[in-house]
Amino acid sequence: MTTTLPAPAARTAPAPSRPVHGAPLRDVVTMSRREARRSLRSIDGLITAFALPVLIMTVFVVIFGGAISGGSGDYIDYVVPGVLIMCLGMNSATAAVGVAQDMTTGTIDRFKTLPIFGPSALWGHVIASVVRNLASAAVVLLVALAYGFGPGAALGDWLGFVAFAVLSVLTFTWISVAFGLVLSVEASMSVNMIFLFVPYLSSGFVQVETMPDWLHGFAENQPFTPIIESVRGLLMGAPDAGTIVTACIWLVGFLVASIVVGGVLYRRRTAR
Amino acid sequence: MNDPMIAVRGLRKSYGRTAVLRGVDLTVRRGEIFALLGPNGAGKTTTVNILTTLVHPDGGSATIAGADVVKNPGAVRRSIALTGQYASVDEFQTGEENLVMMADLAHLPRSAVRRRAAELLARFDLTDAARRRVSTYSGGMRRRLDLAISLVADPDVLVLDEPTTGLDPASRSQLWEVVRGLAADGTTILLTTQYLEEADRLADTIAVLAEGRIAARGTATELKGLVAGDHVRVSFDDVASLAAARGLGVAGIEAAEEDTKALALTFPSAEPVRAIRDVLDRAEAGGLAVAGVSVVKPTLDDVFLALTGNRPAGAAAATPTDTPTDRTAEEALR
Repeated sequence: MTTTLPAPAARTAPAPSRPVHGAPLRDVVTMSRREARRSLRSIDGLITAFALPVLIMTVFVVIFGGAISGGSGDYIDYVVPGVLIMCLGMNSATAAVGVAQDMTTGTIDRFKTLPIFGPSALWGHVIASVVRNLASAAVVLLVALAYGFGPGAALGDWLGFVAFAVLSVLTFTWISVAFGLVLSVEASMSVNMIFLFVPYLSSGFVQVETMPDWLHGFAENQPFTPIIESVRGLLMGAPDAGTIVTACIWLVGFLVASIVVGGVLYRRRTAR
Repeated sequence: MNDPMIAVRGLRKSYGRTAVLRGVDLTVRRGEIFALLGPNGAGKTTTVNILTTLVHPDGGSATIAGADVVKNPGAVRRSIALTGQYASVDEFQTGEENLVMMADLAHLPRSAVRRRAAELLARFDLTDAARRRVSTYSGGMRRRLDLAISLVADPDVLVLDEPTTGLDPASRSQLWEVVRGLAADGTTILLTTQYLEEADRLADTIAVLAEGRIAARGTATELKGLVAGDHVRVSFDDVASLAAARGLGVAGIEAAEEDTKALALTFPSAEPVRAIRDVLDRAEAGGLAVAGVSVVKPTLDDVFLALTGNRPAGAAAATPTDTPTDRTAEEALR
């Protein structure tokens, strides 16, 4: 029985292209390129990255601005940091959808059967997200300037802002990636609600004192308040070290937790 | 050379309280096309997931080209490739970009990446579509690209999890040709399928997986030999002849299944030629109007249904399901 079939011919030549071992950096670069293509070629992604932030900026500055500040004056300087963080969050949340799609289509399974650096697929999402968000933030800021935003930041403040924005995007994206690993594609589309609504309950859009008393505790202590205040301080050229440290503790805490949880989920889960 | 390419012993896996695999044994030789056949939920995909290092087994062992899937997953991943149930190709990339990406991820030397992609595109008849996004591809083209991607690193073992699900018949037979070609070149192929025809046409060896165990194993012919052998089918011109036929005294005919619509009787026979001769002789003598006779060979369907129990009681005649774990066609034939 075991000899009924002729033994197949041995391979005629050694494979011309046998894989070489471990190259985590190459894996991450390859995955980032993949995600960059996904971002650039998806109409949804481009709208979320560029059109939506501009619309949100316009809504707050042009439509609500007059009513909130009682005039058309300085509200723009107050609201730009809040809008920026909200946009970075929503734009990062796109990663949840990408990851959920990869999970559903068996793509992650295929990656996991390759001899690659484990979480490189997830890092691809994260790195592409950072690049996409920096581009998006630049557009938002240019539009803000066109609407009359007058930042007071010196060069050092700008550099601080960029570093802070990168940290924020890393955190927001890793949170989204972790969600994407457990949610369906449809459900993952609402991850951006976290970044759309939670910032409203912070000092990002109106001063906390104007909110009802019962909301003060949450609004003053939730992470988006120090995060947005840090951006405000940096853009206005008056950074407050204490606020930035608080914000960084929140961000790094969520970042580490999300990387750990995401890594474990990634190893455990196969296609649904 | 005689070492098995895939060796699985006593593989067990449960999800919660549900035992999906209850002790699976498999041996696949180098260059063989091995089909794992079973109904939905039999444990095919779980077996594939364990062999491709995606899932840890609860017990038992599995080696691919000598490397243990639990202890040495890195080595296993270097020698296998998986084509899953879905065509896992990126819609937003072109065919060429997909291949180049996978070649990069397979750590091919950078200088070889483009050449390998071009080779595979040509081999799978995708050169013309290479620069189009996959979202414009047909189902058959996606499957071909999927398969091409699996072959980027020239794997020793190719695992195909229901490779032709959802394909039209033409694309399906095209894919079968490709798989045969790969096996002829020395690639070992483990495929899961719920299509009996696929296993019958493609596989050197078939294992029937039912309720987490291998219920039978052998070539298609051997498996067909497991169910009660040939049947004779006799059809008549009229109801009266049909009714009278049981009384002809032909061996086995008294137990025939009756098909009143087609006016036919079907009965098992150890000597079908003789049974047909007897039927014709005696029908003529008795003035019965015979419309046609034929020998019915058992199909893999019969085996499958008998072994997996998805058939009305009584129809599953002689089967080895009484000792489902160990009794395989191979052993039965020794």
